Amino acid sequence: MTETVDVTAALQGKVPAATARPSTDHPALNVSAADAVAVLRELKEGQGFDYLVDVTAIDWSSAQSPRFAVVWHVYSRTAHQYFRVVAACEDDREPAMPSMTSLWPAANWHERETFDMFGIRFTGHPDLRRILMWDAYPYFPLRKEFPLAGLPTELPDPEVSAETGTGLIAAPMSGGPFVAASGGPMSDIEPRAKDEAWDERNEKPRT
Amino acid sequence: MATEHAFPDTAARAGNLPKEFDSEKMSISMGPSHPSTHGVLRIQFEIDGENVTRADPVLGYLHRGDEKIAENMTYNQFVPYTDRLDYLAPLANNAAYASAIEQLAGLKVPPRLDAIRVITSELARISAHLMGLGAFGIDTGAWTVFMYCFTEREKLYTLFEKLTGARFTTSYSRIGGVTRDVSPDWLQETDAFCDQFLPILDEILGMLSRNKIFLDRTVGVGVVSAADAVAFGLSGPNLRASGVAMDLRKDRPYWGYGQYEFDVPIGSKGDCYDRYLCRGEEMKQSVRIVKQAIAKIPAGDWYVRDARRIFAPPKDKILTSMEELINNFMIVTEGPQMPAGEAYFEVENPKGLLGFFVVSKGGGVPWRLKIRSPSFCNLSILPQLCVGNLVSDVVSILGSLDFVMGECDR
Repeated sequence: MTETVDVTAALQGKVPAATARPSTDHPALNVSAADAVAVLRELKEGQGFDYLVDVTAIDWSSAQSPRFAVVWHVYSRTAHQYFRVVAACEDDREPAMPSMTSLWPAANWHERETFDMFGIRFTGHPDLRRILMWDAYPYFPLRKEFPLAGLPTELPDPEVSAETGTGLIAAPMSGGPFVAASGGPMSDIEPRAKDEAWDERNEKPRT
Repeated sequence: MATEHAFPDTAARAGNLPKEFDSEKMSISMGPSHPSTHGVLRIQFEIDGENVTRADPVLGYLHRGDEKIAENMTYNQFVPYTDRLDYLAPLANNAAYASAIEQLAGLKVPPRLDAIRVITSELARISAHLMGLGAFGIDTGAWTVFMYCFTEREKLYTLFEKLTGARFTTSYSRIGGVTRDVSPDWLQETDAFCDQFLPILDEILGMLSRNKIFLDRTVGVGVVSAADAVAFGLSGPNLRASGVAMDLRKDRPYWGYGQYEFDVPIGSKGDCYDRYLCRGEEMKQSVRIVKQAIAKIPAGDWYVRDARRIFAPPKDKILTSMEELINNFMIVTEGPQMPAGEAYFEVENPKGLLGFFVVSKGGGVPWRLKIRSPSFCNLSILPQLCVGNLVSDVVSILGSLDFVMGECDR
């Protein structure tokens, strides 16, 4: 464990604003968005964490500010250690973060996915397009306000929309039988037929 | 009368011929429904004749929003969804997911459970590699290999069915345990499978390793340098084929992998042929691990006994004792209770490093669950790897990368 302490100390020596992040599994640092590149560069070039495992984000919901945080996991192939770096996005409405594509080509797709799902713009990314959803998709699905069932949108291909006159509908099974909803009273949560007119609040009509 | 045969000037004649066509680049789309893209990968190519000049993979045709779904259900309810990530190795995904959540909860797992996870994950590795090998064979024109591989895989699936009740979507793990213990009979049958499998595996590999057609299609094709493999975050056999000896089972032994003897095969060139060789050898090593694990499987608990708010009590207790009934009811309705915090756990899955990053605010539902899928990262090198190759070589490259779209798109 002495090694990980050294790594954290060395990073804090280079970037004094970085603070240790409470973590039970791997050493972790909280950094500012401006310091993120410097910290990850030092991890990669100075400390041997040259394998970028993962880039993702957390949406702490609109009740909290800063709302979005980007999380990097890097791995050292010599010390066999992970290191977690977390940076909060300063702006909640237009979240942005410097891109790490200059350090790792692997960051390219991870950042595209994070942009696709959370709408976090990675400045300096060479090709920031959606990757899992189609290019014209209007929402960021992993944001907390986006409902599980989805939102109605237009189909990706305007020709198909024009021909069929249909669009993308929210999950058709949602609220139907055999679909468990989250939250609310037990009668709503339980997966069972939802078209029954009576439940624990409305008594069964007597015949 | 003498006729003058004056040959027209060659230059003038060339002028009369129709001008050669300007070579024009063409845009073609491979997939999302194409036999060599193993699922619903689509690659948009720009080709010059038969040469690929640009490649842009288009993902998302199998995107089901697994991470969003995870935020809306309890930890145990998500186990069946992990089956559908890398659907060729559900047993390995189940165990990886459960371990990640256990790391978040800080649970200490009994050694028998570790051994069960090792055995099932290695069997899943064999079945996944058999599938990958068979499909790679078809891609390069070798049907027989596929048939042999599937015969063996079928035997494995029969074993999985005996153990879990399902051939494909096993959902074998629960947080803090498994759905049921392994029986001595099953272990014996698995051991017998391993014994008969090795000679057949040699036969299967013998059909490809010195096969002229296969060598022509794979040797020197799709070379990934070690530096590139690391920079693009490749993992699993694809990374090791490039000569990078990185295997979490050796480097950070989880589930007690440290006590088993096995070797990590690495390649030297990083071409399609090396990736094939690595997979073949990995199966042999998996058999070694399974046999060792069966030979010294510890007796004792196969679930975490003292985690009353995480793992449901035994069924006979639930049906006879009030306390256990309430306990079970709470776990089913509220979910296994987790502390607030975050955890990242990664295992060496058949395709590479499968990681789960869990963020919890406490309670039975994760706040955020990120799945680091190996296929997604392995494919991210495609735009660079395809360029300069023939379209037919792309088929070899895709086959050798052995990806699964269920896991890539999530």
